[in-house]
Amino acid sequence: MVHPVIKLVAQRIALGLLLLLAASVLIFVGTQILPGDVAQSILGQSATPTSLANLRAELGLNEPPVTRYFNWLGAVLQGDLGKALTNGQDIAEAMGKRLGNTLFLAFCAAVIAVPLAIGLGLIAVRYLNRWPDKLISMVTLATISVPEFLLGYIAIFLLSVQFRVFPSLATVYDGMSLGEQLYAIALPVLVLVLTVLGHMMRMTRAAILNVMQSAYIETAELKGLRPFTVIARHAFPNAIAPVVNVVMLNLAYLVVGVVVVEVVFVYPGMGQYLVDHVSKRDVPVVQACGLVFAAVYIGLNIVADVVSILANPRLRHPK
Amino acid sequence: MRIPISALIGLAFTGAYFFAAIFASLIAPYGMAEIVGDVWEPASSEFLLGTDGIGRDLLSRMIFGGQTTIFVATSATLLSFGLGSILGFTAAVKGGWVDQILSRGVDLMMSIPSLISALVVLSVMPVTLPVLILVMGLLDATRVFRLSRAVAVDITVMDYVEAARLRGEKQMWIIFREILPNALSPLVAEMGLRFIFMVLFISTLSFLGLGVQPPLADWGGIVKENREGIVYGIPAALIPAVAIATLAISVNLVADWVLTRTSSLKGGRGG
Repeated sequence: MVHPVIKLVAQRIALGLLLLLAASVLIFVGTQILPGDVAQSILGQSATPTSLANLRAELGLNEPPVTRYFNWLGAVLQGDLGKALTNGQDIAEAMGKRLGNTLFLAFCAAVIAVPLAIGLGLIAVRYLNRWPDKLISMVTLATISVPEFLLGYIAIFLLSVQFRVFPSLATVYDGMSLGEQLYAIALPVLVLVLTVLGHMMRMTRAAILNVMQSAYIETAELKGLRPFTVIARHAFPNAIAPVVNVVMLNLAYLVVGVVVVEVVFVYPGMGQYLVDHVSKRDVPVVQACGLVFAAVYIGLNIVADVVSILANPRLRHPK
Repeated sequence: MRIPISALIGLAFTGAYFFAAIFASLIAPYGMAEIVGDVWEPASSEFLLGTDGIGRDLLSRMIFGGQTTIFVATSATLLSFGLGSILGFTAAVKGGWVDQILSRGVDLMMSIPSLISALVVLSVMPVTLPVLILVMGLLDATRVFRLSRAVAVDITVMDYVEAARLRGEKQMWIIFREILPNALSPLVAEMGLRFIFMVLFISTLSFLGLGVQPPLADWGGIVKENREGIVYGIPAALIPAVAIATLAISVNLVADWVLTRTSSLKGGRGG
């Protein structure tokens, strides 16, 4: 018999793939709400009927939507994301480099934010309702209440204009050493860390507090263990499933926050690419970007679920 | 009943913002798109917050901008609550396949981040205020749906709902007369949070150039218009930050108070 954990994990992954397929339908339908006249919006009002008809035929707009969807999906599955309407560039090629940049940015932010959030959460629980807890809560409430693009400009105003510590534009190109790249993206990383830190820290704190009410925590306290040992050794391992979930949800949020932060710092990544082409109404690029963002988001959610299944001892060691 | 000091502060600030938004044209010292001074003048007695990138009075822009931002956010919140709660209650009351279809549909919509969905839809739709409100309201209705369905599922198993069913009340009666009054308090608290989310959402869209279009002012747009000034040390683009953050915090304070007050009425903890 197959181990129940493997079965659960396989189910979850299958469900995620199904969801991704459904999301691709949703993205496709979302761009077809205005029927057919992508051609009109590319060529503008002065287009002649012949050129409109030619462009429609070239884009395959004369076929029914269902056929177009399956053509699109088939091409995407083979790694062909189509060509951009505005400049005829191959989307997959243009996107590859940018996706790498975006993941690099998000990865740097995650490496700093996750340990920091969990550490701060542990400290907040250790000094519950005393000044360190209150200070952490207040600061994180403030960072949650300000949208990320404003955090970005506040950071630029203070750190690159007033004190001239970091560059205000995050320009990254080939041939830069890793150190130079890290220096260039210091400010966007800082802003991303601040935007996810608050939620992550608050939810970590709540998850650990939830466990702290169990009887075995009281036992550990009565044994005379130091408060921090109780939290780190007894409470935290049992709060791993909710904490991992929180971390993953926030990493997924990071993927969205990246869109705005890239625009603020003019960083050559996916978000900038998407926003540029939304305002140019370049539908194939928007579809492709939407699909990639949805895939990353759904993927992170699957990882979160799988980890919380694996972290549950009741599922790992079935009777 | 005593109102705690934090809720009073929250109420005062929230009230002031709404007051300024409603009576914008009476309060604002200059017109919305009126060019009255030099480019990026510092704050003075004539221009209390200085002027913006093309010489418009920043205080007037902020007041009119607040009007647009608060109007869009309020309409979208009302839409998402109307739609989300009615569908959520219906799903809970009807159960079965209605519930399945609605819940799975919502799962699907929530599987794509709402900013990305909004960008995808806005790439083909004309960017006007009604379209923005509709898109934001529909995307956010999914969250309200989840909450109201969860709350209503608990209520539908209560004896008084059963009693209403047995005496032959219609579906509408059960939703509006039995479930809605009992589900109101968590929904009201959530409404505050959703409103803030809407303010952030429309500001972000406008900042990206895909929300409120010029010459109409809104807080996200003011940041976008004045962002070049930052590099020269002109803080005009940061003023909306103060407005958005104080509005967000004060609405949060009020929502917190509503939540603790109503949960203590029900004999819950706190209060």
